[in-house]
Amino acid sequence: MRLRLVPKETKWDFFSKSSLSLGFSGLMILLSVVFFFVQGLNFGIDFRGGTTIRTESAQTVVVGDYRAAIETLNLGDVSITEVFDPTFADDQNVTMIRIQAQEGQEAVTADVVDQVEAALRSVAPDISFVSVESVGPKVSGELIQTAVIAIILAIAAVLVYIWLRFEWQFAAGAVAALVHDVILTVGVFSIVQIRFDLAIIAALLTIVGYSLNDTVVVFDRVRENLRKYKKLALKDVLNLSINETLSRTVMTSVTTLLALLALFVLGGDVIRGFVFAMIWGVIVGTYSSVFVASAVLLKLGVKRDWSKPDANAGNQYANIDA
Amino acid sequence: MLQIDLWKRVLIWSLCALGLLLALPNGFYTRVETHNDASASIEAGFSGNGLEEQAAMWPSYLPSSLVNLGLDLRGGAHLLAEVKVEDVYETRMKGLWPEVRNLLRDNRATVGSIRQQPSAPDELRVKISKPEAIAEAATLVRGLAQPVVSLTGAGTSDILVSTDADMIVITLSDAERLATDERTVQQALEIIRRRIDEVGTREPTIQRQGADRILIQVPGIGSASELKEIIGTTAQLTFNPVVGRASDPDAPAGAGNEIVPSLDEEGVYYIIESAFVVSGEELTDAQPSFDQNGRPAVSFRFNPSGARKFGDYTADNIGSPFAIVLDDEVVSAPVIQSHIPGGSGIITGNFSVEESTNLAVLLRAGALPAGLEFLEERTIGPELGQDSIEAGRIACIVAFAAVLVFMFLSYGTFGIFANIALIINVGLIFGLLSLVGATLTLPGIAGIVLTIGMAVDANVLVFERIREEIKTGKGAARAIDLGYEKALSAIFDANITTFITAVILFAMGSGPVRGFAITLGLGILTSVFTAIYVTRLIVIMWYERRRPKTLEV
Repeated sequence: MRLRLVPKETKWDFFSKSSLSLGFSGLMILLSVVFFFVQGLNFGIDFRGGTTIRTESAQTVVVGDYRAAIETLNLGDVSITEVFDPTFADDQNVTMIRIQAQEGQEAVTADVVDQVEAALRSVAPDISFVSVESVGPKVSGELIQTAVIAIILAIAAVLVYIWLRFEWQFAAGAVAALVHDVILTVGVFSIVQIRFDLAIIAALLTIVGYSLNDTVVVFDRVRENLRKYKKLALKDVLNLSINETLSRTVMTSVTTLLALLALFVLGGDVIRGFVFAMIWGVIVGTYSSVFVASAVLLKLGVKRDWSKPDANAGNQYANIDA
Repeated sequence: MLQIDLWKRVLIWSLCALGLLLALPNGFYTRVETHNDASASIEAGFSGNGLEEQAAMWPSYLPSSLVNLGLDLRGGAHLLAEVKVEDVYETRMKGLWPEVRNLLRDNRATVGSIRQQPSAPDELRVKISKPEAIAEAATLVRGLAQPVVSLTGAGTSDILVSTDADMIVITLSDAERLATDERTVQQALEIIRRRIDEVGTREPTIQRQGADRILIQVPGIGSASELKEIIGTTAQLTFNPVVGRASDPDAPAGAGNEIVPSLDEEGVYYIIESAFVVSGEELTDAQPSFDQNGRPAVSFRFNPSGARKFGDYTADNIGSPFAIVLDDEVVSAPVIQSHIPGGSGIITGNFSVEESTNLAVLLRAGALPAGLEFLEERTIGPELGQDSIEAGRIACIVAFAAVLVFMFLSYGTFGIFANIALIINVGLIFGLLSLVGATLTLPGIAGIVLTIGMAVDANVLVFERIREEIKTGKGAARAIDLGYEKALSAIFDANITTFITAVILFAMGSGPVRGFAITLGLGILTSVFTAIYVTRLIVIMWYERRRPKTLEV
């Protein structure tokens, strides 16, 4: 008995409600943009400078006491959050303390950190500082810039690649799906206010890669079917292709999600935000390859005249043998 | 049809075996690490202390490269420092003043008396008492200019001389500034590397970033401040003429002089000439030693040009004191007893043996040519790293097991083939990581987990394709053959696009992002290899043995 997530033969129509799904995506994008501008992102120190200190103590943490101890130092905006995680031992009480970048200081000073550590020791004598990270405002500005450039470059590179391998309509569809995924991911980070740091940029780029992976597999089949069924309407070709690849799409998403879920639950709190972004990305990426990329392709239409042999398209890899 | 030449089979299996062999040491991490450390010590000429025993813990015929663990996994300190290249302009101007002074003094008849004026640190202002001779004086000073030694600056001279009423203003030219900046950063990089090497920590990363930044990562060190102490923010050594002594830090020093405290005598200050005779940059060697009374001291030796300057100065100033200044503190201020021609000497002071050893190390490593400003500091405790490794390992195992079970449930026998390939794939990733000496970070582990999830994708594409071919009524062999053939273009396109993003991540990213990009990129390469070569070979070998009429995929 084989496990089958998708029935053996499917003939689902993915575009009967395409205006509904596109509208839904549009609404989600709008929501993300609104949240992004109203609430903003909870930027980590990588992007706005400052210091984070991770503390560990056997005593129960009273955030108020910690705050009272640090407030006497006049360091401006200080946030203290207690961290809970199933992987912690019983007497492992962890907090994350974030201190804003200090006015007029480009470089990070050890004094501030020393003061904070001394103040906290007076509250919890057994406290230990398992990690201390400081980023100056000069670097953090550059990091944002590099991150944005990296994402734009990745999307552009992908656009060019698909354009060369397929047709421009395919590239437009794929990029629409990518932009959709990135915006929705940034949006969800703004809504739930998970810390947005450098690693999240890596996650975003992976989402770009993953979403693309999915889209390309569908498109590859569309290209093949377009040549096979020359008379079939584009909508039917798209539906056929999506149905044919559906089993694979679901299988791959499920295996990837299985692996990511294991990491999310057991991987510790340090990378949880990062893994969350990827899980979200896999779900959104799978959705968008069908409901955004293909829908855009359908709206744009595609060249159906394959009478001229196209040297660039198709199976240039087909004669690689092993 | 379903045929693979023998040589290809041998090649594929040998590649897998090689990759797994390279990955093997990582399974015995601590043991191999002890072996490597011991072997390195033995090679460096040490013996005893059970070193041979430790070296024998891992057979020498097996590969012994390990995946480096990043700071977030091992704990350690990370610093991003900016070299304050402007500091060197000031040093250059200070060094230029005696030359200008001597030159103009020799021409006192035309220019009159001269006096250094207060100015911005990167320029030198000299006032002459006969303003009408200012043009001549400027021409004389221009004669001191040297051609710039650099590719882009060829043909220009190093200093710019202009006049401002009765003052001559000397600054470095732009080309010279560029060349100086480049030299300064290179020098700072080299010095930081040597200082960290002297302490002997494992696998430090010391890299230049951009025009004037240096990234320093040292695993296993307690904190970033400890690391900063080793690097020493401004360890500058100079030998300056002493003008006098004072007991007050605010005592008037006079133009061209400065007042600095004594290193070990409380409340004692020295007035020294700002222009130094020789600087630590011209030292070629420094060793801990003892003076004639058996007290710890440091002996040193200058390079030829330093030796000449030092020799000339000592010959001219017998009987007067000169100061050895380290980081704006006078280490000692001995009186010159005689002409010291050979360029070697001894620094005495109230040193302990340890202090003299440290000072020698510092001097040998050379002074940093300019100060450092720290833009980024990170300390990760070893406990946190250990926790992360532990969590990452458990997550990997669970993810791995879940995917294996899921694949078996979905594809049966073919699922097992894919699973074998997946195990080989993870082995190959570790083998490659060890081979290229890459660093595994926490996001890197996430990259591997993601690869585990995605590596089955290529196999899934093929298996689904084979299912489709079976559905259309193809025979077993034909279905397998077509399945691979038709899935190939999708596999390539899908993986190339992901690979493109991995490359961009690697190129643009730093630190954790880069670690992720490396494992993701290598994971894509190995998963494509295992899917289209290894699984295919396994499937064909299985087919040859069983010759099934129908396929169950």
